[in-house]
Amino acid sequence: MAIKIENLDYIYMPGSPFEKKALDNINLQIDDGEFVGLIGHTGSGKSTLVQHLNGLLKPHSGNVIINGYSTDTKGEELKRLRCDVGLVFQYPEHQLFEETVYKDIAFGPQNLGLSKEEIDVRVRDAARCVGLPEDVLDKSPFDLSGGQKRRVAIAGVISMRPNVLVLDEPTAGLDPAGREAILSQIKSIYDEGNMTVILVSHSMEDVARLVKRLIVMNEGKVFADGTVEEVFSRGAELRNIGLNVPQVNILFDELVSRGMDINSNVYTVEAAKRELLAYFEKVKEGKENA
Amino acid sequence: MLKDITLGQYFPIESFLHKLDPRTKILIFILDIVIIFMAQTAVSYAVLIGFTFLLMLISRVPVKMYIKGLKPILYIIIFTAILNLFLTDGRDLPVFGYSIGITVEGAIVAVKMAVRLVLLIIASSALTYTTSPMALTDGIEKLLKPLSRIGFPSHELAMMMSIAIKFVPTLIEETDKIIKAQKARGASFDTGSIFKRAKALIPMLVPLFISAFRRADDLAIAMESRCYTGGDGRTRLREIKFTRTDLIGALAFLVIFAGVIAIDIVF
Ligand SMILES: Nc1ncnc2c1ncn2[C@@H]1O[C@H](COP(=O)(O)OP(=O)(O)O)[C@@H](O)[C@H]1O
Ligand SMILES: [Mg+2]
Repeated sequence: MAIKIENLDYIYMPGSPFEKKALDNINLQIDDGEFVGLIGHTGSGKSTLVQHLNGLLKPHSGNVIINGYSTDTKGEELKRLRCDVGLVFQYPEHQLFEETVYKDIAFGPQNLGLSKEEIDVRVRDAARCVGLPEDVLDKSPFDLSGGQKRRVAIAGVISMRPNVLVLDEPTAGLDPAGREAILSQIKSIYDEGNMTVILVSHSMEDVARLVKRLIVMNEGKVFADGTVEEVFSRGAELRNIGLNVPQVNILFDELVSRGMDINSNVYTVEAAKRELLAYFEKVKEGKENA
Repeated sequence: MLKDITLGQYFPIESFLHKLDPRTKILIFILDIVIIFMAQTAVSYAVLIGFTFLLMLISRVPVKMYIKGLKPILYIIIFTAILNLFLTDGRDLPVFGYSIGITVEGAIVAVKMAVRLVLLIIASSALTYTTSPMALTDGIEKLLKPLSRIGFPSHELAMMMSIAIKFVPTLIEETDKIIKAQKARGASFDTGSIFKRAKALIPMLVPLFISAFRRADDLAIAMESRCYTGGDGRTRLREIKFTRTDLIGALAFLVIFAGVIAIDIVF
């Protein structure tokens, strides 16, 4: 399921005094099975871009092509597109409406016209995917904690078994523990191996240790696109557009500039620990040899 | 799209009308309504139509915006015109030599009503395009102030109005977002029978109500924690003032209105 975006422009409220060009000549290609982080300052156009992927917004000019089909369609084809590309909105828990968690997760599959048995399988599978225990399924979604509500909402999209899963700021407004839990769940969903995952975030630290490829947006344009290392190597430029490279990376840059012989391409605490331990090991050996 | 609703939207530019005191504009608006419904002769209508064009001109809001504001009301105007055309008693008005139940009086009333409605909508658009919601409610509060002596809750009323007006865009945005989120889950709001469509609204309405109540709760707490206790002793950041411009504006409009009444009496 390749995603191809060509010369995409999008303007909000064209012709009014509130006109706003939210996307400006976007060109991207995302292949099957990629794990992509889409980052950028608030208002840089991330949400606008991802809403083009399942045809919720139509390009003003340019094309969005999913698996060979343009998103500018109607009817059955649009419905297929919506189930091909699952989009989890920002604060998805605000869309919950059913009496029970089970029914809410089943809403998507029901709209696809699946059989009762198939729906049951999918609901339970989606709940497991996001780490919801079975006994929550019969509760009202409104009785759950914020983090759990969000899991229910994510499960509501996963139950449609999309080929591409897009999550718009899935960790916004959660406490550090909740954030951690959601992120590792997303990682394990990706590791199960049958979805392309696009993770939208304005937090570098969150995405850096999960994804392989980073796309950075700024003022409606693609500012950078490449591997995590490639993108973070432009640290100064990123700071200019209001983004921060992970703190460990800043620390490592500083250490290198003070003459420590270590690799500065370190973006997670885990990698930092490994790098430092190796370094100290080396220093110790050096002393013993001397 | 929901976003295209323009009636009641402020158009932030600068013009003579924008500068007027909201009280002046509200009073002129009320007077305008009264005159529109009092006017009887073709000449006075001509003057009123001219006045309305003048309003559009000095508001410096594009005519396109006024037409956009008329669109949602178009069906109501056509509907009333047709009703008047057929349901008014009087002399028969044949169309191409055939009598189809239309009367001369009916035709006159139909045209009159249509013109009145269009003038009304344009006047109210002119008011809301040139007056920010905050200024509008401030103006209403000030105008109703004398009534608070006899226990009329003028401040509370104005506060309720301004909160309601302020939350309209928020709720429209929220509705838009919820509709999109449910569409992303395969929901469809515009296919199937009427019964099916009504049922399809549930996934939209439940989250919308929940969020509206949550917002109301949050707002109440936020206001209380900033010691809001009602209107007594409250001062404001921006005092509205009646200036010379207002006097000139008000006098000019009064002359026009007096002219319309005079025309009606003379003819
Ligand atoms: N529904 C809308 N109407 C008008 N302008 C919008 C709307 N949604 C977003 N915008 C504007 O478009 C720009 C991009 O917004 P968005 O895609 O939401 O950015 P992000 O998700 O990166 O924070 C912003 O300047 C925002 O103000
Ligand atoms: Mg966003």
